[in-house]
Amino acid sequence: MSDANEMATTGAGLDAVVPEGRTLINVRKGQFVADADTSGYEGLTRFVYSPAAAQRPFGSWFDQVVDVLEELLGDKAADAIEAVVVDRDQLTLHIARAHLVEVCKHLRDDQDLRFEFCLGVSGVHYPAHSGRELHAVYPIQSITHNRRLCIEVSVPDADPHIPSVTTVYPANNWHERETWDFFGIIFDGHPGLARIEMPDDWVGHPQRKDYPLGGIPIEYKGAEIPSPDQRRQYR
Amino acid sequence: MTDSAPTPPFIVGKLEDFAGWARAGSMWPATFGLACCAIEMMGTGTPRFDIARFGMEVFRGSPRQADIMIVAGRVSQKMAPIVRQVYDQMAEPKWVLAMGVCASSGGMFNNYAIVQGVDHVVPVDIYLPGCPPRPEMLIHALLKVQELAKEKPMLRHRKEIAAAAEAAALAATPTSDMKGLLR
Amino acid sequence: MTTDYTATHATSGLGDDDGTAPEFTVYGGDWSEVAEEAARLGGQRLVFNMGPQHPSTHGVLRIMLEVEGERVTELRAGIGYLHTGIEKNMEFRTWTQGVTFCTRMDYVASMFNEAVYCMGVERLLGITDDIPDRANVLRVLMMELTRIGSHLVAIGTGGNEMGATTVMTTSFIGREETLKVIEHITGLRTNNAYIRPGGVATDAPDDSIAMIRAMIPKVKARLDELAYLQLENPIFKGRLKGVAVLDLAACMALGVTGPILRSAGVPYDLRKSEPYAGYETYDFQVPTSTDADAYSRVVLRLEECYESLKIVSQCADRLEASMGEPIMVADKKIAWPSQLSVGADGQGNSFEHIRHIMGESMEALVHHFKLVTEGFPVPAGQAYVAVENPKGTLGCHVVSDGGTKPWRAHFRDPGFNNLQALSMLTEGGQLADVVVAIATIDMVLGGVDR
Repeated sequence: MSDANEMATTGAGLDAVVPEGRTLINVRKGQFVADADTSGYEGLTRFVYSPAAAQRPFGSWFDQVVDVLEELLGDKAADAIEAVVVDRDQLTLHIARAHLVEVCKHLRDDQDLRFEFCLGVSGVHYPAHSGRELHAVYPIQSITHNRRLCIEVSVPDADPHIPSVTTVYPANNWHERETWDFFGIIFDGHPGLARIEMPDDWVGHPQRKDYPLGGIPIEYKGAEIPSPDQRRQYR
Repeated sequence: MTDSAPTPPFIVGKLEDFAGWARAGSMWPATFGLACCAIEMMGTGTPRFDIARFGMEVFRGSPRQADIMIVAGRVSQKMAPIVRQVYDQMAEPKWVLAMGVCASSGGMFNNYAIVQGVDHVVPVDIYLPGCPPRPEMLIHALLKVQELAKEKPMLRHRKEIAAAAEAAALAATPTSDMKGLLR
Repeated sequence: MTTDYTATHATSGLGDDDGTAPEFTVYGGDWSEVAEEAARLGGQRLVFNMGPQHPSTHGVLRIMLEVEGERVTELRAGIGYLHTGIEKNMEFRTWTQGVTFCTRMDYVASMFNEAVYCMGVERLLGITDDIPDRANVLRVLMMELTRIGSHLVAIGTGGNEMGATTVMTTSFIGREETLKVIEHITGLRTNNAYIRPGGVATDAPDDSIAMIRAMIPKVKARLDELAYLQLENPIFKGRLKGVAVLDLAACMALGVTGPILRSAGVPYDLRKSEPYAGYETYDFQVPTSTDADAYSRVVLRLEECYESLKIVSQCADRLEASMGEPIMVADKKIAWPSQLSVGADGQGNSFEHIRHIMGESMEALVHHFKLVTEGFPVPAGQAYVAVENPKGTLGCHVVSDGGTKPWRAHFRDPGFNNLQALSMLTEGGQLADVVVAIATIDMVLGGVDR
C-alpha cells in the first residue's frame, strides 16, 4: 500500500536523508524478518518518515493556540517550537528540550490555552533516526476549552536528558519514572527518578528496540517454535 | 457385619481416609489472585458458582492458615520471590493449583517480564488451562485437588510412596519425546 | 541543622538484636533540638509493608507505610508486581492480534482497552467515520455493560475489604447478569477480543435483545439492594464519610480523572465532552458530587450504573432497529473476515464463510488469507485517542511505521495516574482508612502495571 510518508528505493547501501522537521521512523528492508528472504522483495528498502510539518493555516483551533504560544514565548519561539505537525486532526508541537518546562507553564497558565492536565509521557524509540532516537510524547488536555494536543521532545541516545515537567504537572511523576524505566530517558529535576515497573536491580531498558523481547522457545511434543521476536514474520 | 445381627454403633475405616475426607471437605485457599483469573476466582466464590458448597469459600489472607494456593494470574519477575515466600509460609499439607495458562506456562506472554509457568517457582499439583478458565473449570480443578487430598498418604509410608512416584516420573517418557500422538 | 536518623532495628530481620541503640548523625545545631527529635522519632513510629499479597490491596500492590500509633505519617505505593510487558509484546503481533493483548491490561473493564486501541488504529487508518452504526451500537453496549461490571466489582470488593461480605456477593450476582449477556454476544465472559479495528468481531445473535431487556430489571434490583444495604448504614457512613478526601485543587494537580474528579465537583466525562462511538446520540447524565469523599464516590458509582443501564436499554432498541446491518467496515482489506461459530469439532469459521471463500469468491479467500497471516498495513504516523473508562481517562498512543505491526502502543491507564494520589488520600489519616482509600481509587493493577 503506497503511503505519503514512505519512500521506497531498491538496492542496498542508500543512506537515509531525513528531511527537516520529520522523524525517520524505520527503515524496512525486504518483506520478511528472516534469515533468508526469498519473497523477491529482498532488495526493497523503504524509508518511513513521520508526517511533514504543517503549513499555515493549520485549521480549527490549532492556529489560535500556536499564535498565543508564540506570542508568549516571544524571541524564543523559533528555538522552542521546532515543528508544528497537524496529522489525522491532531496537533503535535515538537518542542526543544531546553524550553520544555517554560512551554508547559505557558500552556497550563495562560487563560486562552489552559491545558490543565498532562496525560502522561509516552516514550518512543526510533533507532534509525540517529541523533534523535528517543522521543517523549506528552498529550495535554484542556478541560476548560475541551482540547487536546501533543508535545513531542526528541533527544539523542548519547545524551538522553529531558527536563522534568513535574514542577508544572505533578501528575507526571510516575509517568516519567516509567519512561526512564523503559527507555532510559533521564528526566532532570525529577524528585525521585527510580525504576517503577521493573525490579529495582534490573539491567537495561526493556521497551527500547535494541532490547530483546525475552521470550523462550515453545516446545511441544518434539517441535519447537522460537520466541515471537525470533520468528519469521512479515515486516 | 451380617444382616441378622444388629449393626454395631461404630464405623471402621482407615485413618488416612478420615484425614483425607476432612482435608478435602474444608480446604481454605490463600488469597493469591494476581490478574484476570483472580476476578474469575472471586466469581467462583460468589453465589452463582459458589465454592462454599465444597467448603472452600473461606479465602485466608494469612498463608499460615491456608491449605491451597491458587496461583490465579500471571506471575511477573518481580512477583516470583513473593510467590515462593508465600508458599514457604504455608503449613503442610498444602497444594498448589496453577490457574490459567499464565500460571501454567506463561500463557500468551512469552516475554522478559513473565515467569513462564509458576512451576519454575513452586511445585504445582494441578494445572488448569484457560484464559481465564470459566468458574466451572475452576470448580472442576478444585474437585480434582480434593481427590488428591483424599488420596494423600500421611503416615510413615508416605516418604516411600513419594520416592516411588518420583522414580516413576523420572523413568517415564518426557512429554517432549512423545511422538505420534497427533494421528 | 540536619539530622540523619538511622534506626538499626527498623528494617532488620528477626533475631537480629545485638543491643545497639538507634544511631543519630547530626551536623551542627542545638543539642536540645536533637534530643527532642530523638525522643519523638524513637517513639511509636512503625514502618511496615502492606505487601503485594494482601486481601485488601485490590491486586498485587505493595504499600510501604510509616505509622505512628494508628495514624499514617507516610505512605508510598510500590507497583510493578504485575508488569507483563504487554506494550512491547504488541510490537511483535499484527494490529488485530494486538487487541487480544491490550484487553488483558485492565481486566475488570476489558472492553475499554480494546475500544481505545481500536479507535487509535482506526484514527491512523482514517476510517473513524466509516465504522458502521450497528458496530458502534454494539461497542457502546459492550462498554456500558463492562462499566456496570467494573463498578460492581469496585463496590463489592470495597465492601468485602471492610468486612461486609454480603455486599460482595450481591454485587457479583449483579455482575453475573451482565456477564451472561456479554458471553451470549461475544462468546467469552471476559478478555473478549471482541472489538476489532474496523468494527466488532461477530454480530449479536437474534435473541440477545430479549436477553438484554430481561437483564436490565435484574441488575437494577441488585443495584437497589446495594444502595439499600450500604447507603444509610451507620457503620458504612462512619467508615466512608469524610474519608479519603481529595479536593478539586489536588485532583487537578495530580491529573486525577474519573469518579474521583467528578466527586470533587467537575462534571468531566469524555463521553460528553469528546463523544466517540456515537455517544452524543444517547440520552444519559453524568453524576457529579461536591463532597469529594469516599462515600460520595460510592454513590456516584451506583448512579453511573443506573445511567449505564439507561444507555444499555437504548442500545437494545437500536440493535432491534438495525438487524442485518454490517458490523465491520466495508473495506475488505481491513475488515476481519470471518464469522465464528461452534461446530462439531469445536469453534471455528462458520460454514457460510467457508462456503463463500472456497466456492464463491477468490478475492474473499485472498483477503482472508492476507488478513490472518500478514494483517493489514497502517499508514505511518501517530495518533492519540482517549475514552472514559470506569476509572477515568484511558488514553492510547499508537505509532505506526507503515507496517502490519504497531511500532509503539502506549496506554495511559487511569489507575496508574490515580494511584499517585494514594499518599495524599491517606497521610494523616487512620490506618483503617488506607483500605477505604485504596477501594475508592478503584485501580486495577493489570492496568497500572501493564
